[in-house]
Order: sequence, then structure tokens, then C-alpha cells
Amino acid sequence: MTKEERLKKRHRSEKRFKLYGVASIFVALLFVLILVQNIFSKGSSAFMKTAINVEVFFDPELLELQNGASSDDILQADFFDITIETLLKAYPAKNLDEENELIDLFSTDAEIEIRKAFLENNNLVGKKINLEITASDDIDQLHKGNYPRDLPEDRRRISNFQLNIYDNLVESKKIVKNFNNYFFKNGDSRNPELAGIGGALVGSFYSILICLLLSFPVAVLASIYLEEFAPKNKITDFIEININNLAAVPSIVYGLLALQILLATIQLPRSTPLVAGITLALMTLPRIIIPCRASLKAVPPSIREGALAVGASKFQSVFHHVVPLALPGTLSGTIIGLAQALGETAPLILIGMVAFVVDIPSTPIDPSSSLPVQVYLWSESAERGFVEKTSATIMMLLSFLIVMNFIAVYLRQKFEKRWN
Amino acid sequence: MNLVLIFLITIFSLSLFFYGRSKTKSISIQNNIKLNALPKFYGYYLVLWCSIPALIFLLVWSLFEPVIIKSIIIETAANQGAIFNDKNEANLIYEKIKAIHLGTFFGDIDSILKESAISYAKFLNLFTNSKIVLIFGIVIASVIYSLKKIKNNNKARDDVELILKGLLFASSLIAILTTLGIIFSLLFESIKFFSVINIFDYLFGTNWSPQRAFVSDASKITSAELEEIKDAFGFIPLIAGTSFIALIAMLVAVPIGLFSGIYMAEYASVKVRRISKPIIEILAGIPTVVYGFFAALTVGPFFRQAGESLGLTVSSESALAAGLIMGIMIIPYISSLSDDVINSVPQSLRDGSYAIGATKSETIKQVVIPAALPGIIGSVLLAVSRAIGETMIVVMAAGLAANLTINPLDSTTTITTQIVMILVGDQEFDSPKTQSAFALGLTLFIATLILNYIAQRAVKKYREKYD
Repeated sequence: MTKEERLKKRHRSEKRFKLYGVASIFVALLFVLILVQNIFSKGSSAFMKTAINVEVFFDPELLELQNGASSDDILQADFFDITIETLLKAYPAKNLDEENELIDLFSTDAEIEIRKAFLENNNLVGKKINLEITASDDIDQLHKGNYPRDLPEDRRRISNFQLNIYDNLVESKKIVKNFNNYFFKNGDSRNPELAGIGGALVGSFYSILICLLLSFPVAVLASIYLEEFAPKNKITDFIEININNLAAVPSIVYGLLALQILLATIQLPRSTPLVAGITLALMTLPRIIIPCRASLKAVPPSIREGALAVGASKFQSVFHHVVPLALPGTLSGTIIGLAQALGETAPLILIGMVAFVVDIPSTPIDPSSSLPVQVYLWSESAERGFVEKTSATIMMLLSFLIVMNFIAVYLRQKFEKRWN
Repeated sequence: MNLVLIFLITIFSLSLFFYGRSKTKSISIQNNIKLNALPKFYGYYLVLWCSIPALIFLLVWSLFEPVIIKSIIIETAANQGAIFNDKNEANLIYEKIKAIHLGTFFGDIDSILKESAISYAKFLNLFTNSKIVLIFGIVIASVIYSLKKIKNNNKARDDVELILKGLLFASSLIAILTTLGIIFSLLFESIKFFSVINIFDYLFGTNWSPQRAFVSDASKITSAELEEIKDAFGFIPLIAGTSFIALIAMLVAVPIGLFSGIYMAEYASVKVRRISKPIIEILAGIPTVVYGFFAALTVGPFFRQAGESLGLTVSSESALAAGLIMGIMIIPYISSLSDDVINSVPQSLRDGSYAIGATKSETIKQVVIPAALPGIIGSVLLAVSRAIGETMIVVMAAGLAANLTINPLDSTTTITTQIVMILVGDQEFDSPKTQSAFALGLTLFIATLILNYIAQRAVKKYREKYD
């Protein structure tokens, strides 16, 4: 091999090496893109729901109500017959089987929706109105194009007769797409078209709030002690090693801790945001202490010495001068820690947040779910409608995380002082 | 009740702040003496003395009250002739008594229970009253003590700072308490587990099927039952599955992470670095449940279809899918740590290498990486510990059955998956099945602890070398 050839070979290997680097960064970026694209393409349709326009006739014979009835009476009254009448009018059905299939096109909440329309305007007795009733999950998915029509009938959840009705309704423009308010308002449900993340949102909010209230003050005080006051001795070293190790303990171990101490020993109520918040706080604590200490450390000693020189006590120099300067870093570290806590799932599963909760929790000691646990729960469900609901929940979760991280970066860039 | 007490204590101590401040001011004016601290510190002093002892007392009291009342009630019920054979039945009776007291119990109420409920109400009342009296006593005593101190013109600032320093120290002790709590709760159940199942059967058994251990109470296990479940808790398949999935993850994450770290540190322009580094770190910020969803619903089925078209049988919960996605999750941990490590290799080493004619890649391969090796190994070990502790991806995308396999297309299970599977839903706290989850947790905790310790030592040693 001549000198030139050797040199060429070395340059080729140089280029190859650089290419490996570019390729691996490219792979990582590509994956972010694929993941986001996948979630968005599956989830964006969940923000709309399919409804079927029907004509409701509030037949005075079927409805034992007068115009101007009180809302209590309306809530007591039976709307079942009217609902069935209304739904059957949507398409001519010849026998009982066909009638059942026709009714199955609508959500099980049709009765409640008709009652609600009546409540809003209660002089409807004897009148006819047009109402958009939420369609069942199967029709919803069919209309959104998520459901294959070309399967043989026995492998489809929708029968040929139902497909006929659907085509007929589409032709007469009776099928509409509305904003899916149920998705934000409702709690969990077995029916995908009614399931929502309302309960999970509230549960997550309470959990994170409790986590913030518990972990932020303790983390800030602990990092102030360790960084500013702690004497250099064995105890301090031990605490430091402890904190570093705690930050790397798998989150599921915190779930076991909560199960044993909070649920079995202290007997706090299961499946509640209170327990979730305490568990997340214990987990987040070391993860906040580390950035807090870093931002305290970044404040130059001249600040402390200046304060001490004009007669401030050690406490005053720390609390009046060092802490305010370290605050932006502290806050952004806290927000990032909370963002991690918001996405944490495993410990919450162990403390029973996987329970099926329909009601939206009103206090932190009501059973509830949380956003990531809801993702886990729905991803285990077989119904097609839950796939898009899960993806949409992930979209919500990711957007919260993006907002939180954005605030953290903004705080740091805007308010943090650079010391040179 | 407790909230009202806390509220009252807070209000009272806050009002004491203003009292203390104005009081000391007037004392100094009347007696014409110089105060030893600013007036507000006397206020703070009063606030701290008034609130902290009372609140600590309240906390301790609330922790122990239910336990004490319970033991008293169960004892009186036993004296009155209630029959219970073990702890569970006693607990049940206690819950019944409580429900009767609250009026939420619907069922046959016999006279013993009724009387116990009455005495429960009596004790509850007694405890609440004595709590209130004691707290008032404590508040009054501490206020009298601190007022006396103030009148003697103490060095209030020093005292306040001393108390606050104690508070700071107490907060930093919470980390130690958490560690103790983890160790205690894991050990407690694990010891019970190992008193039934031989530790060697656990560590070296090759069969994991905890569903066979349906016995509900570990303390009353018969020898026939013990024989039945003895070999149901073999740890080998779990550690094999966990290591296998972690290995696949590392095969994905180490090359990609390391090469991106090297590229970021050595080649990338400031602009490229500023854009691509945060985007790669997004991967670390995505919740693992999202990766799990993606692995289970997109990657798993994709592999299965791809395998079918190639004529392979691929499980839809293959180790490959879980490991691949876990590897992608771990990329940023390796890339940013190795980026840091490489950046802290002194420039003089590189310059020396360039000076004798090496190309950039030769310098990196033969000078920079060997110099940074301990740090890189540390970052890889940290990533391994994250991989074996990772839960959601494997729960959603890996299998549940404990197969001993080295086929990446087969399904396999992990330690974390089994913990979740055992503990989801209602648990019988005394069954060996539940306790086995804590034994698994203890194993996991020790394993990650050792890995982290070695990794942190490696990184620290490396840093010290070049600092």
C-alpha cells in the first residue's frame, strides 16, 4: 500500500466515522418524529365525535309531563319510550332484530341527551325538534375511517344492515361531526364514545398539587441546608449519598413503599390523589434537590461575603441574597421534577389508581385516576374507539409536559443571572 | 377537627407576631434599653415557639391515636365476650364497630357490638377532648416561656436562626427517612416471604408461577401446601428475562447514544448542537407509558406482521419490541452523559494527538475515548440500572409468562412486570404471593443500588482525574 492509498483510506475512515455520528443523531430524531406523528394521526380524530341527526317528537302520551314542569320532575320522568320511538324513526326496521341493530347505532346515553334537550327548553311537550344524538362507538369509528368495511360480515362488529342504514344516513346528510365535549367532561366509561379524561385531569391536578406543596418547600429547605449550612462531616456525606441514590431508585419501588407505609400502616384511603401526591412527592424530592443545590452552588461566594461584610448574619446573607438569586434555577428544576411526576405511572398503579372510576373526584380523598394511568387502562381495552382516546390522552399529557418544560426553560433564560 | 386546630394555632401564632413586635418596641421605649435584635425577630420567636411544639404534638398524636384506640376497643370487646381467633377477625370486628358508630353499618348488630360501639364513641370523645386540652396546655406553656424570654430581652435573632436551622436540618433528614422507609417496608415483607419460601429456592429456582400460591395466610400454611408452592417462586426466569430485555435495549442505546454523544461533543457546530441536543433530550422527557403504548400497539404488531411475511413466528409481545423501544428511551441518558464526559477530556490530549498527524476520528478512537472510558462505562451502567428498573414499557409490551428463552422473538417477562401483575387490584396482604412482590422489589432495589454505586464511583474517579 502506497502512502497516498493509506492516506486515502484514513480519510475514508474519518468520513465513515463522522457519518456514524450523523446517522445516530438522525435515527434519534427520526424516532421522535415517528412517535409524534403516530400519536397525532391516531389521536386527533378523538377530539371530534360523530352524531346522528334525528327528529324528536315529545309525544304527550308517552311523556307524563306538562309544559313548565320543574326540573326535579323532568329528572324523575321516564324518557325511555320517547327515546326508542325517536331512534326507530331514523330508518325503517322490519323486525325486532333489525330494530335492535338500529338502536345499537346510537350511544347508550341517547336517553340522557334527549332529557337534557328537554331540560334546557321545557315547553317542548307536543313539539318536534331536531337533535344530534351521539352515535355509538362502532359508527363513530366507521365514520372516521378507522374501521375496515371490507371484512366479511361475521368478522365485523357492524352488520350489513347497519352499514346500509349508515350509508343511507350519510346520503341524507344526517350524520354530522361535532366537537367531542364528552372527552373533556366525562369520567371513565366502558363505552368509548362516552369515555372522557375529566376525572383523570382532576385526579392528576390534585396529585401534582399535593406533590408540589409537599416536595417544593422540603426540597428547597434541604438543599439550602446541605449547600449553605451543613458542616462537612460524615452525616452530611451520608445524606448526600442517600439523595443521589434515591434519585436513581426505580419508581416502582416508591410504589411498594407507598403500599406498605401509606396504605397498609397508616391506612390512608386507596386510589386517591392524596396518596398519589405523597408518593410522587417522595419520588420527586431528590430529583428537585439536585438542581436546587446546583443553582445555589452557582451563586458566587462574593455575594455571601458581601452580605456578611456589612453585618448580616449567615441566615440573612443566605435568605436575603443567595436564595433570591438562585430562585429561577430552583423553580425551573422544580417544574421539570413535577413534569416527570406528572408522567409517572408505575407507582400509581400499585396504589390502586387503576380502579375503574366513573365519577369526577371533587376532593383529593375521592378515588380517582390520573392521565398516565388512564393511558395504561385504555391501552388494555380491546375496543377500537379506545385506541384513539388513548392517543388523544397522550396528546394532552404531552402538551402539558411541553408547556411545563417551556416555562422552565423560559424562567431560566429570562431571570437567571450569568456569573462570569 | 385537626384542620380546625391547625387553623386556630396558625391564627393565634400569627397574631402573636404583631403582639411580640409591638410589645418589645414598647418595652425598649419605656425602659429605655437597647434591644438585642430587631423587634420583628421577637415576633418570629413567638410565632415559632407557639406553633412548632403544638404542631409536632398534633402530628405525633394523630399518628398514634387510631392504633391505641383500636387496641383498647378490641381488648374491651374481647372482655365482653366477642370471639375472634386471629388478627384478621379482630380487624373485621373493629371495622364493624367503627361502621356502627358512624351509622354506615347495615346488618345484624348484636349487643356486644353495640356496646363496643358505644364505648368506641366514648373513647373517641375522650381522646379528642384530651387532645384539645393538651394542645392548649402546650401552646400556653410555650407562649409563657417565650414571653418571659422576650421580656428578658434575649438575643431573639440568634434563637430564631437556631430554630430555623433545626428546621432546615430536619428537611434534609427526610431523604434518609425515605430510604429507611423503603428498606423497612421491603425487608419487612421479604422476611415474612423468606420464612415460608427458602431463599435458595427463590434465588436458584427456574420456575416462576406465583398464581399457584393461592393460600391466603402465610402463617398457617400446611406442609402439603408448602410442598405445592415451594418451587413456584424461582427467580432465575425473571432475572433472565430482565437481563435479556435490558441487553437488547443496550444493543440499541449504546451505539446510537455513544455516537451521538461523540458527534455532539467533537463534530457538531454550535448551531446543530443547539437544535439537536434538546430534541434528543425530548426522548428522556416522554412518559414511559407513552413508549409502552407505542411498543404494544404499533411496534409489536409491526414486528409480528414482518415476521409472518418472512415465515417466522413472532409473539406480539416479543422481547425484541420491548427492548428496542426501551433502548430508544435510554439513548438520551447515554448521549448526554457521554457528551459531558468527552467534553471534559482536556484539549491538550487532543492537541498532542493532532500534532503527530492523527486525523480527528483517530484522535477520538485512540486518545479521547480511552481517556473518557471510565466515565462512559459509568454512564452505561446508569443506563443499565434504568433499564432493569423500567416498568411501564415492559408491563405493556413484554409478556406475562415467565419463559426461560433466548429467542428475541419470543415473549418473556421481567421483575417489574411481575411486581405490577401481582399487586394490581386487591391483595391479600398475608399471602406469599403478595409478599413475593416485595421480595422482588428488594432484589431490584439492591441491584440498582449496586449498579448506581459503581457507576457514580466510576464517574467521580474520572472527574477527579482531570479536574
